[in-house]
Amino acid sequence: MATTAIEIPRTRYPVERFTLDNGLRVVLAPDRSAPVIGVAVVYDVGIRSEPEGRTGFAHLFEHLMFQGSANLEKLAHFRHVQGAGGTFNGSTHLDYTDYYETLPSNALERALFLEADRMRGPRLTEENLRNQVDVVKEEIRVNVLNRPYGGFPWLKLPPVMFDTFANAHDGYGSFGDLEAATVPDAEEFFKKYYACGNAVLSVSGDLDVATAKALIERHFGDVEARPAPVRPDFDEPDLTAERRESYVDRLAPLPAIAAGWRMPDPATDIEGYLAYVVLAEVLTDGDASRLVERMVLKDRSVTSVGGYIGFMGEPFEVRDPTAFILQAHLPPDGNVDTVLATMDEELERLANDGLAQNELDRTTARMATHLLRDTDPVLGRALRMAVLEQQRGDAALLNELPHLLASVTMEQITTAAAALRPHRRASVEVKPGKGK
Amino acid sequence: MTIRTLPDLEPNRPLTLPPQVERTLANGLTVIVIRRPAVPLVEVRLRVPFAGAAVATSTMLTNTLFSGTETLTTVDIAAELQTVGGALGAGADPDRLLVSGNSLASGLDRLLEIMAEVLTGASYPANEVETERERLIDRIEVARSQPAHLAREALLGRIFSGHPYEIQTPDVAESRAVTTADLRAMHDARLHPQGATLVLVGDIDPTRALDLAERHLGGWGGAGELVTLAPIPGLTSGPLLLVDRPDSVQSSVRIALPAVGREHPDHAALQLANLIFGGYFSSRWVENIREDKGYTYGPHSMIEHSIAGSTLLVAAEVATNVTAPALVETLYELGRIASVAVGEEELEQARQYALGTLQLGMSTQAGLAGLASTYAGYGLRLDYLAGHAERLAAVSRDDLLDVARRYLAPALTVPVVLGDASAIASSLEAILPVTVRPLPS
Repeated sequence: MATTAIEIPRTRYPVERFTLDNGLRVVLAPDRSAPVIGVAVVYDVGIRSEPEGRTGFAHLFEHLMFQGSANLEKLAHFRHVQGAGGTFNGSTHLDYTDYYETLPSNALERALFLEADRMRGPRLTEENLRNQVDVVKEEIRVNVLNRPYGGFPWLKLPPVMFDTFANAHDGYGSFGDLEAATVPDAEEFFKKYYACGNAVLSVSGDLDVATAKALIERHFGDVEARPAPVRPDFDEPDLTAERRESYVDRLAPLPAIAAGWRMPDPATDIEGYLAYVVLAEVLTDGDASRLVERMVLKDRSVTSVGGYIGFMGEPFEVRDPTAFILQAHLPPDGNVDTVLATMDEELERLANDGLAQNELDRTTARMATHLLRDTDPVLGRALRMAVLEQQRGDAALLNELPHLLASVTMEQITTAAAALRPHRRASVEVKPGKGK
Repeated sequence: MTIRTLPDLEPNRPLTLPPQVERTLANGLTVIVIRRPAVPLVEVRLRVPFAGAAVATSTMLTNTLFSGTETLTTVDIAAELQTVGGALGAGADPDRLLVSGNSLASGLDRLLEIMAEVLTGASYPANEVETERERLIDRIEVARSQPAHLAREALLGRIFSGHPYEIQTPDVAESRAVTTADLRAMHDARLHPQGATLVLVGDIDPTRALDLAERHLGGWGGAGELVTLAPIPGLTSGPLLLVDRPDSVQSSVRIALPAVGREHPDHAALQLANLIFGGYFSSRWVENIREDKGYTYGPHSMIEHSIAGSTLLVAAEVATNVTAPALVETLYELGRIASVAVGEEELEQARQYALGTLQLGMSTQAGLAGLASTYAGYGLRLDYLAGHAERLAAVSRDDLLDVARRYLAPALTVPVVLGDASAIASSLEAILPVTVRPLPS
């Protein structure tokens, strides 16, 4: 079948960047095609920065940021966003914590007021803390303890792959640590990490740049200037010998396996890094990808296989150290040794024999669709821009990503594949415990 | 510190509907095209009426529709779609089969060509059918280990007993029994353009897109009876059904209540009543059982619309030791909204949320495609939203109390709880009569 490479299209979101006197970095991306806006505030603190003995604290603190602030009662934040026709949430990642709203654009100033108010100071009370510890415990029960494959592999693989507390601990937290958290812990965490110099505000959608700038100055301009803390180097030595662990999941009916390898630092070797991002898709994006065709359709050794970058699957929102992950769910009689061996074999075949140009082209064409689709919602755009600005000082990279990925070469892919050797691999196996 | 006050909202932006064109082809397929050029992509949704289709066969059919044609293998189909940045997938529910996907806008021609080839020539190769069968069976087993899935199965069994909506997941034995011949027979009998709708949304020229759809899908044929399901049965309240899941660290609380379809005169008021009760974060129920008492993480209530009827569903996962208190608070909030008028401010807040989320829902290509396709299944178009916005704006506190009394009253509830019966049965029995049942094996 004759196929010619399709042209990767380009987005041209105008991106305005500036910094307030107090150090808050701001990114604006106007787009007046629908009367809605996305607002995101991203703080440069995540799971990796939480203190020892306080596992889960970054996430618990995220909950506290919704419990009232300088001029707002408990529950007011929710009511004011939703009462303006909007939706909101927040989430905690390894390297950042985000807070965001999507609203009809007539609520721009209200959203800025709400975010500025909690940047000045959340209401950190004993009552709110105890209430949110209970809520977080229910969140962990829903997502981990009461569910098969809960926390697999994002909570289960890091402790196999890494040795330092920062990289290896359970980011959802132990019930003991959560219960031991105090209001002074929260105050200290806020003071250190929730400085405006440690944050990026971004707004995308139906806005006028001059008006938005004036509103941002009005609401954020007098937030106390506090500089960003120095981010520690979280790097660890690469593995020199294979590591392998397993655990019994009492709810899971079938086996599963996840394997991770270290990869280049996205901050210092973006080209080397992006090759892995593309490689993950070459291996696992759809029925025409290498591992799906081989393992799902041909061998039937797995029922599904996925490949992605970072424990939370966010290739453009992580810093070093991070991982290239392959994970698979197996049929009842499946064998994880066979699965790992097949992955090795396919990586070696790719490293030795290379791939066809059209295989690479179609993979990056599909990746371009995914990237453009992620940023069609104003909020997807605001969030990605904020993190790109924070971690790479370059929000406008948003417009360039599809082309950067499309410029990855066949040689870069084979080099990346050749580096994913068994002796550098950490893996964790789920042994089904249901009915046993 | 300076006391700051919340800024006022600017005036509401008017609800603007994107331009849309429509053509019904000679074979009965309706094509709707909406231009939203925000990103250079196109979203595709093909909705085919599928009511009454046997659940195991329709599930297997959607899993194998893209497994091959006379000229293309599974891998060819996936690779050809990928070449234009595209992918297609299929799924089915008790009302319809849905083929959905997207691609770079420049790939629409090729995407529709491949879609047409599959619709007219899917060959259901034996080897691929066997692979997908084994995968489906494993997925059924995983689903049946999920508390949310088990709780939904128990609730559907109770409220839709005897109706085709009762069972929405195939069992393993049925899935084993589906043959390639069954798939071909269902494809021939049911996968035809009569009554189907194709929605295209994106950075595309509407007239050209209509022509492309006609060129590729005009030759799709086949005919068969359109199946209409009987209306869903009315809810009958009765004892709380407690499904025993030993050692569960949480209980899944589910309650069904009556609801009405989108064109019913009570719809707008009921939508707002549901929001104020538990349908958004700033609702009474969420503020009570999460933000005040910490019993749960993500409680929600929602109106689920299907063609044969609508149902209001209330759902929360709560800690085992607070299952009974959580149920008490839930019944209390239902009783309160059904008996005391809501405040003016509370109503206004819910109304703004409902109006605002209409704007948000239409602000992406995927959102527009989903809305247009869903509404088309009920014979509606996006202009329905303009009328709905007016109806939401007109709902009064009296209207709201009236619908809450008729749809949300505790006396109307059909409750199901999935959890560890040894830990929760006696406390639940203090609140409502309880029937205990073991987990289905």
